[in-house]
Amino acid sequence: MDQSLGPQGLQSRVEEYAEQARDIARSRGYWATVLHRLLRDPVSMACALVLLTLILLAVLAPWLTPYNPSQGSMLNRLAGIGTPGHWLGTDGQGRDMLTRLMYGGRYSLVMGIMPVLIAFFIGTAMGVTAGFVGGWANSLIMRTTDVFFAFPAVLLAIAISGALGAGFVNAMVSLTLVFIPPIARVAEGVTTAVRHLDFVEAARASGAGALTIIRVHILGNVLGPVFIYATSLVSVCMILAAGLSFLGLGVRPPAAEWGLMLNTLRQSLYVQPWVSVLPGAMIFLTSLCFNLLSDGLRSAMDIKR
Amino acid sequence: MLSFVFRRLLYVIPIALAVAAVCFSLVHLAPGDPLTAVIPPDAPQEVVAAITRAYGMDRPLVVQFGSWLGRAVQGDLGVSVATGRPVLIDIQRALGNTLLLASAAAVLGFGIGILLGVVAAVHIGGPIDRVATAIAITGVSIPHYWLGLLLVVVFSVYLDWLPSMGAASGGSANWGWNWDSLRYLVLPAVTMSFIPMGIVTRTVRAAVAEILHSEFVMALRAKGMGSARIALHVGKNAAPTIMAVMGLQFGYLLGGSILVETVFSWPGTGYLLNTAIFQRDIPLLQGVILVLAMFFVGLNLLVDLLQSFADPRIRRG
Repeated sequence: MDQSLGPQGLQSRVEEYAEQARDIARSRGYWATVLHRLLRDPVSMACALVLLTLILLAVLAPWLTPYNPSQGSMLNRLAGIGTPGHWLGTDGQGRDMLTRLMYGGRYSLVMGIMPVLIAFFIGTAMGVTAGFVGGWANSLIMRTTDVFFAFPAVLLAIAISGALGAGFVNAMVSLTLVFIPPIARVAEGVTTAVRHLDFVEAARASGAGALTIIRVHILGNVLGPVFIYATSLVSVCMILAAGLSFLGLGVRPPAAEWGLMLNTLRQSLYVQPWVSVLPGAMIFLTSLCFNLLSDGLRSAMDIKR
Repeated sequence: MLSFVFRRLLYVIPIALAVAAVCFSLVHLAPGDPLTAVIPPDAPQEVVAAITRAYGMDRPLVVQFGSWLGRAVQGDLGVSVATGRPVLIDIQRALGNTLLLASAAAVLGFGIGILLGVVAAVHIGGPIDRVATAIAITGVSIPHYWLGLLLVVVFSVYLDWLPSMGAASGGSANWGWNWDSLRYLVLPAVTMSFIPMGIVTRTVRAAVAEILHSEFVMALRAKGMGSARIALHVGKNAAPTIMAVMGLQFGYLLGGSILVETVFSWPGTGYLLNTAIFQRDIPLLQGVILVLAMFFVGLNLLVDLLQSFADPRIRRG
C-alpha cells in the first residue's frame, strides 16, 4: 500500500496510465472490444473450443468413423466401455456408441440452437414493433405473450408437441413458440427504454424516417442485450429439445439423437449403466458450455466493468 | 393497496380465459380428426355423423369452446377416451402425488439454494463463492432426467439402497406417510431439486451481494449494529425478489415434472400427461394441461400479491 506513494509506486502508476492512454489511442470499436475481452477469458475460450469440437465431430462424422450409425451387429450387443473397436461400447442393437454420439450431435445441436435463433428474429421483430409503435400494437403483442407466460415453458413445449405429434419439425416448431414470448418481452423492454432517449428525438427532429430510426438507433441498442439474453436460452433449449426426444416427442428412431438415445438405453441401465448414461453426459457438457459461454459474453459486453 | 389487489385480480380473468382457449385449441392443433381415437376406421358414414354430433363436433368452434368451458368450470373435464373414466378423477389422484413431489423438491432446492447463495454473497469473489457458483451453474445446466438416471445407477443399481420406480411398494400408486413410502420419494425429489437449487442460489447471491454493498448497510455497520441485526435488514430487503423467483420455480416444478416423473414412473400429473399423449387421449391431455396451467396462473397471482405486501414500491408502481 505505502509503496504507491514512493517513487517505485509512482512509476508503476505512470506505466498504468500510459498503458490506458495507449489503449485509448488505438481504441477499438465496441464489438472489437467485446471480442478482445472474450478472447482473454479462459473459461469462455475453453467452452468455445469444446463446442467447436462437438460441431466438427458432428459435421465430419461420416469421415471419422467406419461404422454406420443406424446399423449394428447382434453379436456385439451392449459391449462395455473400452471394448476394442468400440471405445465407448455399443447399444442394445450393437451399434457403435461413439459413432452414434457423433451423429447424434447433428440433431441435438440443431435442435438446441435453431429454435432460439428463429425465436430471436421473430421475438425481436415483435418486441421492437411493440416498443416502437406503442399504443394498441404494444397492447396486442404484449398481452398475447402474457398468455404464453401463463404456462411453464416445459409444459407448453410438451403440450404443443404432444398435440402436433412426434417429429423433428414439430419439436422445432413447439420450441420456437416457447422462446418467442420471453425474447419479445426483453426486446420490448429495451426498445421502450431507448425510444424516448434524446438521440432518437434528435434523429426524428432532423427528419429521419421511422425505418431509419429503427435500423440505426433502435436496433443498434436493442440487438446486443437481446442477443445476450438469447444465448442464455440456448442451454435451456438443448435440455428441453433432448427432453422432448427423451419422451418420444422429438426425432423418431432409428435416428441418432442424444435425448432419444438416452431413452432407448434406459432399458440397459442395469446391464451397462455407464454406457447407458453417455448420451446424457453429452447433453450436460453442451448445455454447460453454452451456459458458461453466455455468462462470459455477458460480462464481456458489460462495458461498465 | 386494495385497488392494486383488485386490478391484479381483475387481470386474472382474461388470462385464465386465454389459457383455457389455448388448452381447447390443442385438439384442433392435432393432425387428423380428433375423433379418430373413438371412431373405428371402417365405420359407416351415418355412424361417423352420429358420433360427431354426440361429441358436439358439428357445431361452430366458438359454441364448442363455450360449452367445454362451461362444463370445465363446473368440474366436468370430460371422459377419458382410453379408460372411460371421468378425467377429473384421474387428475385429482395424480395432482396429489405431483404436489407432494414438487413440495419435497422445493423444500430441498430452496433450502440449499438460499444457504449457498447467502454464503457465496458474504464471501463474494473468494473460493467459497466460486464453489457455490460452480454448483449453481451445474444445477441449471444439468438435464434433470439424466441426473435421475445417474442417481438410479448409483443408489439403485450399485448400492441398492433406494427404489428406482413408483411411489410405494408393490407398484402401488398410493403414497403414504411411512418410512417405506419416504424411500420412494428420495431419488425423484433430489433429482427435481437441482434446477430450483441452482436458480435460487444465483438469485440469492446476486440480491444479497447487492444489498450488502449498498449505502444503508454501510451506515448500519458504521453506527455499530451487530451482524445478526444487519442480517435481518438484508433479509427483509432481499425477500421480495427471492420470493418471486421461488414462487415461479415452484410453478415450474409442478408443470415441468413430466420428465422426472417419466424417469421414476412417479404416478403424478406428468406421468398422466405422458400417457395421454401416447394414447392420443385428447380430453385427458386438455384436462391435465388446463389444471396445471390454472395452478400456475393462481400461483403467479399469489406471488404478485405477496410481493406487493412485502414491498410497497410494487403497489405504487
